[in-house]
Amino acid sequence: MSRMNMVEALNNGLHLGMRENENVVLLGEDVGLLGGVFRVSAGLQETFGTDRVLDTPLSETGIIASAIGMALYGLRPIAEIQFADFAFPAFDQIINELAKYRYRSGNQLTTPVLVRMPVGGGVGGGLYHSQSPESHFAHTAGLKVVIPSNPYDAKGLLLAALREQDPVIFLEPKKLYRTTSAEVPDGAFTVPIGSARRVREGTDVTLICYGAMVPLAEDVARRAAEEQIQVDVLDLRSLLPLDIETVLASVQKTHRIVIVHEAPRTCGYGAELASLIVEKAFWSLDAPILRVTGFDTPFPYRLEKEYLPTSDRILDALRTTVAA
Amino acid sequence: MSETELIRVLGDDDTSPAPYHPSLDDESLLALYRRMVQTRLFDAEMIRLHRQGRVSIYSSSEGEEALAVAAAMTLSEEDWLFPDYRVSGALFERGVPMEEFLAQLFGTSKDLSKGRQIPTHYGSRQRHIASISSPVGNGIAHAVGFAWAARIKKGPEVVLTFFGDGATSEEGFHTGMNIAGVHKLPVVFVCRNNQYAISVPFNLQTGSDTIAVKAKAYGFDGVRVDGTDALAVHDVVREAVERARKGGGPTLVEGVSYRHGAHSTSDDDTRYRKAAEAEAWRKRDPIDRFGRYLKSRGLWDDARDAALRETLESRIQTAVAEAEAAPPPPLESLFDDVYDDLPWHLREQRQDLTDHLRGLKGRKP
Repeated sequence: MSRMNMVEALNNGLHLGMRENENVVLLGEDVGLLGGVFRVSAGLQETFGTDRVLDTPLSETGIIASAIGMALYGLRPIAEIQFADFAFPAFDQIINELAKYRYRSGNQLTTPVLVRMPVGGGVGGGLYHSQSPESHFAHTAGLKVVIPSNPYDAKGLLLAALREQDPVIFLEPKKLYRTTSAEVPDGAFTVPIGSARRVREGTDVTLICYGAMVPLAEDVARRAAEEQIQVDVLDLRSLLPLDIETVLASVQKTHRIVIVHEAPRTCGYGAELASLIVEKAFWSLDAPILRVTGFDTPFPYRLEKEYLPTSDRILDALRTTVAA
Repeated sequence: MSETELIRVLGDDDTSPAPYHPSLDDESLLALYRRMVQTRLFDAEMIRLHRQGRVSIYSSSEGEEALAVAAAMTLSEEDWLFPDYRVSGALFERGVPMEEFLAQLFGTSKDLSKGRQIPTHYGSRQRHIASISSPVGNGIAHAVGFAWAARIKKGPEVVLTFFGDGATSEEGFHTGMNIAGVHKLPVVFVCRNNQYAISVPFNLQTGSDTIAVKAKAYGFDGVRVDGTDALAVHDVVREAVERARKGGGPTLVEGVSYRHGAHSTSDDDTRYRKAAEAEAWRKRDPIDRFGRYLKSRGLWDDARDAALRETLESRIQTAVAEAEAAPPPPLESLFDDVYDDLPWHLREQRQDLTDHLRGLKGRKP
């Protein structure tokens, strides 16, 4: 065990993954000599050489397309997109190529690429360094989508994703990169993809969240407890596939749901979640499902704090739900 | 050799200039010709099948058979092909039986890709052919990634990718060429410059005089070859493949040709080009030209040509009948291969569909 922040845990996971399988290569902008703009890949090129840690030209399309070609050859590429906001130029490659290759080739040719990208706000990044595009990916058949909320899960999900036979979109909440540390095993371990984590046990209302919203939700749950509202906090960890059983079990216990995410509300991940809960557990609900999310505006710069879900907004939603 | 000079082997009368010694032996020359004729007849049959409503869409390579076949025949077994949707001759040259390609065109249960792609979008791991995608240019960058992996693993593979002139405006072309140039990767880019991207003519596609010249900016050679001259195409691509195999890096080959047919069976080319232009190009038909060359060498004659065409027509008819008779893929296969495993939500959707089709009411909430 060592105390690691999320950057260190990811870095440690990358070292282990590359040591474990010589077909694993890492490619992206600035990932080599510099070790990534967030230093997640620090030291990897020194350890594994320039044939396995590849600084690419400045082209997200090129990064993903190259990774697809490499995967077709039999490598296990980890492609880093410097910010999730910059995944959009590579959307064609991710949505039309990466996600569909297995299906469209009739299972003859597969592209198990792990695509890492920092997501979310809270770091003063403005329009183009703060977005949360998880719904676009979760809406795409053929991709798996995961998002850790702590150093332990970050490493465990990373190592699990490296063993997947399908492309995985690995979203790293950049706000959490260095904010908290935790005890993380030094050796290899996995956190299974498709399993949510109960962060806090409660009986009055279920708060479903993921990524950078998880530590915030824990704070809110503590405040709510002072008002005698016991919150069941779920960290989804995997958005696709979703751990529906854990979600439904909590609904059947609390009968009240609040969903929190940074991304805009309309057609956000919360909409799918609410819809599933209504389809599968309507008669267990005692109150309308509420969402606390980013607004349906572009991500702002100066008013970032007001844009993102706050402890107060979430607490209000919890109170409303419990009172309904 | 410059990026603007047009490399030719066949002279204006379609006999090769005296000093030329073909790089192929007589048997290979005839095999190349037969393959081009097979491609021509096969494509023509697919257009007929489309008109009869039996194939939903088809993109014919008529006029470009020399490029597809002569380029593909330079590859070795270990090499990989990243094709686009207008190179049926290259697929045949890689050993794809017509029955197998037809299974894809009809989307039957015998289709390697399980009926999941529109006609011509073939792919085969066994034959080292990447799965063709509709967005043009995307496969170019995959070919480069594959070649990059071959370089990393010190593999013997050379990668050849086909695309049209329109694809050179797409990002896949730019980023692929750029990466290939940076790392001097073992890839050969073959652009079928057939003068049109659906309806848009070459002069509205690029401000460059040629496609070949674009290679210069990426740090490697571009070569412009007469795409209606099978011998020239073969020699130029063979040299590029050999260079790639020896670690000499990529080459961009621009094959100057003409798309005799419409873009696809859904297109009407009379709306954007003049009949006279097409007629002029027909005088440089690659099969007629190569046929005249073979005859001038005493390797071919009209009687053999007629016999070849008759045999091929009959083989095509048999293959079509056999392929068309196969049933469609089973319904459950709709949900297979989205992932390696079947996640709960797909299992549930599959159950919903089968229940619905069996007349059962929907799931109880």
